[in-house]
Order: sequence, then structure tokens, then C-alpha cells
Amino acid sequence: MTTTTRPGTPVATPARRLSAGTLALRQGRLEITQFLRSRESVVFTMGFPIIMIMIFAAIFRDEIAPGVSFTQYFVTGMIATGLMTVSFQNLGIWIPIERDRGVLKRYRGTPMPKWVWFAGKVILVVAIGLAETALLLAVSVALFDLDLPGTAARWLTFGWVSVLGITACTLCGIAISSLARTARSGSAVVTPVALVLQFISGVFFVFTNLPAWMQQVAALFPLKWMCQGLRAVFLPDSFGAHEPGGSFELGRVALVLALWCVIGLVLCLTTFRWTTKRDG
Amino acid sequence: MDDQLAISVRGLRKAYGDNVAVAGVDLDVHRGEVFALLGPNGAGKTTTVEILEGYRQRDAGEVRVLGSDPAHPDPHHRSRIGIVLQGTGEFDELTVGEVVRHFAGFYPDADDPDRVVERVGLTGKAGARTHTLSGGQKRRLDVALGIIGRPELLFLDEPTTGFDPEARHEFWDLIRDLAAAGTTIVLTTHYLDEAEALAGRVGVIAAGRLVEVAPPDRLGNRQEALATVSWRTPDGTPETARSATPTALVAELATRFGGEVPGLTVTRPTLEDVYLTMIGRR
Repeated sequence: MTTTTRPGTPVATPARRLSAGTLALRQGRLEITQFLRSRESVVFTMGFPIIMIMIFAAIFRDEIAPGVSFTQYFVTGMIATGLMTVSFQNLGIWIPIERDRGVLKRYRGTPMPKWVWFAGKVILVVAIGLAETALLLAVSVALFDLDLPGTAARWLTFGWVSVLGITACTLCGIAISSLARTARSGSAVVTPVALVLQFISGVFFVFTNLPAWMQQVAALFPLKWMCQGLRAVFLPDSFGAHEPGGSFELGRVALVLALWCVIGLVLCLTTFRWTTKRDG
Repeated sequence: MDDQLAISVRGLRKAYGDNVAVAGVDLDVHRGEVFALLGPNGAGKTTTVEILEGYRQRDAGEVRVLGSDPAHPDPHHRSRIGIVLQGTGEFDELTVGEVVRHFAGFYPDADDPDRVVERVGLTGKAGARTHTLSGGQKRRLDVALGIIGRPELLFLDEPTTGFDPEARHEFWDLIRDLAAAGTTIVLTTHYLDEAEALAGRVGVIAAGRLVEVAPPDRLGNRQEALATVSWRTPDGTPETARSATPTALVAELATRFGGEVPGLTVTRPTLEDVYLTMIGRR
């Protein structure tokens, strides 16, 4: 083993390598800083679900069942769609832009472990997802008398459905980012997928009112199961009987979302590109 | 593996479909050397350098960069090299200081971010968002990110494209500083004066092959090349002769004309002439 003399003037601080955890947190902080400084992203990402719930509350003033307002039903779809927006859409649109600009290529040329960059994106998505969901709930409680979950068990369900859902959507967002060939095509790839899923998964309509075939198509994708899991959190237990499966099927919700996490992860690991196609 | 070699390449090949970008390149770069890869656009410069940097996979050949195969680098390899890419990855919403400090965290033995910012001449811009920088300032930021890890080997891909003359000379001074501190530097350029000003040796690449490697003043046997002597005959007709001994010819002409030779010039091929001949444009 030979010792090489490092060029450059010696620094006062001794040589140290940051721990993996520190690297991930720094990366997350950098991502959040970049997000918060781009005002349009903040306004649209945070504001979209709130604007939607206000529109829905203004259109559907009735009760879906005695003592249960339409808002109580639709807030589940808004939470789910909000989580999908910050993860799937946000990453599917932004990663191609960063790839096109050469930001990813630049990271790849440093000793940063690859996973640190992904960890930074996950921290970003979780932080915005939390903030946005909290804001949506606060607005809904203040303006539309939303009833928050009353038991610890329901909060627990809220927690795991959100975590599994946002994880699946994050991984799928990273995976789909590789389909976009240029910075501009990211949004063209992601937006229709997100919009169609929102229409067929019971975000804008009562799910059981949709045609049966549409329900079956929706059941292949995560958003429907996120909505269903969240309905178990926000609606009375008796509503389970109205679900297509005759109950909220929380076991199946967990299974499908976990499966999508695996599919997303495999796609990420096999298809992710740090450089654009023209970069070879 | 020769420990004095920073880079060793044998029989490097790379094709994109039917298009052969690199067609068998052999190359050695010594430690502490400034080596320029010179060639027209599409000659294979960037492909070669990106294989050395580890961005592209080669089709064939042996490549060693600081003793590692860049296609399968050991974990510490990337902390020993610095890369300044052609297309700059921009961080619009961050300040110069934030970006440099962030990248410093990736390296085990990083330089002081404030000092690096000063070294590339961006001290006054440390608090500025990167999107407010001029083209030349962005390039300086690229260099700052390339040297923040105190690399043993620095790659610079067309570093001064788009610079005004003053910015280029300042940039050259920075490169000379780094070289004086012992950093091995590999730069690609299509500016002859840049290669001549900075490089100890120049490799000319054309159509995927390295046509010659030599110090800039000896490229294409420039020193030994025939000189062209031109003058006018008494009736005004231009006359030209190529000569290995131009001094003798001029002396003879002086005798023949009995003093001043009308319209006398003695020229040797410029680096540009040599280069254009080599890449087959002349």
C-alpha cells in the first residue's frame, strides 16, 4: 500500500467521512430547501388538495348517509390524491428535469453513495406529504366540520396506509421518471396516468357508483387501495358493507400496496438512469 | 501497474450502433502532468473522457485510472478524482456557498468550502443563487465542485467554451495553480491556444483514433518541419521555396539581390496548420 501525497493545502479539521445517516439527512434538507424556494411548487403542491376539497364541499352539501357528510367521504380521496401528487407526480416530473440538466450526472461523479440521493427524495416526499395532509385536515375541520378519527386504532390505520401508499407512489414515481426522454416530457407522461387513476379510483366520485369494469381496472393500481384504506379511517364501520368486497379489506389494502412497493423498487433498481439517453 | 501513471489505456473501443466513436486508443497520462486531448467535435474526445470518468461503459480495451477500472471502481475511487462536465448540472434555487458546502460533505478529505469559492474567484457571489451567475461564473462553480474533494486527478471537459478572453486567462491561471500543487489534469479542448498554454503533452484525436501524442511545440514534428521562404523576383513575381535550411537560403538571396530581399517572409507551420493536417482537414 503506497501513501499518496494529496495536493492542496492541508485543512485544520482532521479528515472525516460523514456517517450514512448524516449524508441522507443533509440530502433531504437540501431537497426540502430547493422545494421551499421554488414558490410555484409549494403553492400548487400544497394548495391543490385544499382547493379541490373546497370545490367538492361547495358542490356536495348533502349527507352521504345520516350524520355523515359528503366531505367526510371525499376527504379520503383528497388525502390519497395529495399523497400521490407529492410523491408520484412530483418525482415523475422533476427527476427528468434534473436528469436533463445534468444534476444527476453531477451527483454520480462524486463519492456520494447512490442510495443517499434516493433517501433525499424520500425525505422530501414524506415531509411535504405530512405538511400537506396536516393542512388539508386542518382546513377541513375548520371549514367543513370534518370528524377526525376517534380511536388510536384508526390513527394507526391512517399511519400505515399513508406510509405504504406514499412509499409505493414514490418508488413508482422514480421508476416512471425513466420513461421521459427529455425534461419536458416528464409531465406529459405522468399527468395523464395520475388523472385517469384519480377518476377511476374513487377520488372524484363515490367508488361504488362507478361501472364494475372500471372498479376492477382501478383495483390493479395503488390509488384505489389508498382511498379504501383511508375510508376505513374516516367513515363509520358500517360503511364497510358498501365496499365492493363487503368490507374495508384492510388486509388486502396492505397486501396490494406492499406489492406495488416491491414492483416499484424492482423497476427503480432495473431501469433507473443517471444520465439522459443522448449521454449514452 | 506503473505507479507513476495516473491513467493507462490500451486498445480502447466504443461504438454506438454502427457509429464507431473510439476506434482503438492507447494512452498514458503520468502523475502530475497536464494532458490535453485535442480534437474536432465528434472525434471521440468526450466519449473517451467519459469512459475514463466512469460514466460510459467501453466495448473493449484495458483502462486503469489511478489503479482502478473506472467501470468497476472501488468505493474510494470517486473521492480521488474530480470531474468538471461539459453540460452543467444547475441547482437554481441554491446559493453558491450552499452547493459547495453540500458537495464538500461527500468527500472524506474535502477542502475548506470558503477557500475553494475564493480560489475560483466567486467569493463575492457566495451568497448568490446559482441561476443569477453568468456563464463564466457558472463554469467556475463547476470547477469549485470538481476540486472541493482535493482530487489527485481532475478531468475538465471543454472548460472554457464560451469564455471571454479575460475569463479564459484567469481560468488558465487557476489550472496552472492546481497543476503546480501536483494535481494531474486531463482536459479536452478544441482550442489550440488552450492546449498550447496549459498542457505538457497534447494528444490529437481524430475519427476515434489518437493520431499523435507530443508536447505542443513538437506536435507533427513542427520544429523540424520545412520552412516556407517567400520573396518577389525583380519583375515582381512572387516566388516560394520550402527549405530545411532557410537561413542559408536567405543569405543566398541577400547575396543575389545585393541587400534587401523584396517581400521576404520565412514561416514555419503554425500549431493550427499541423493540427488541421493531422485531423485531415488540410
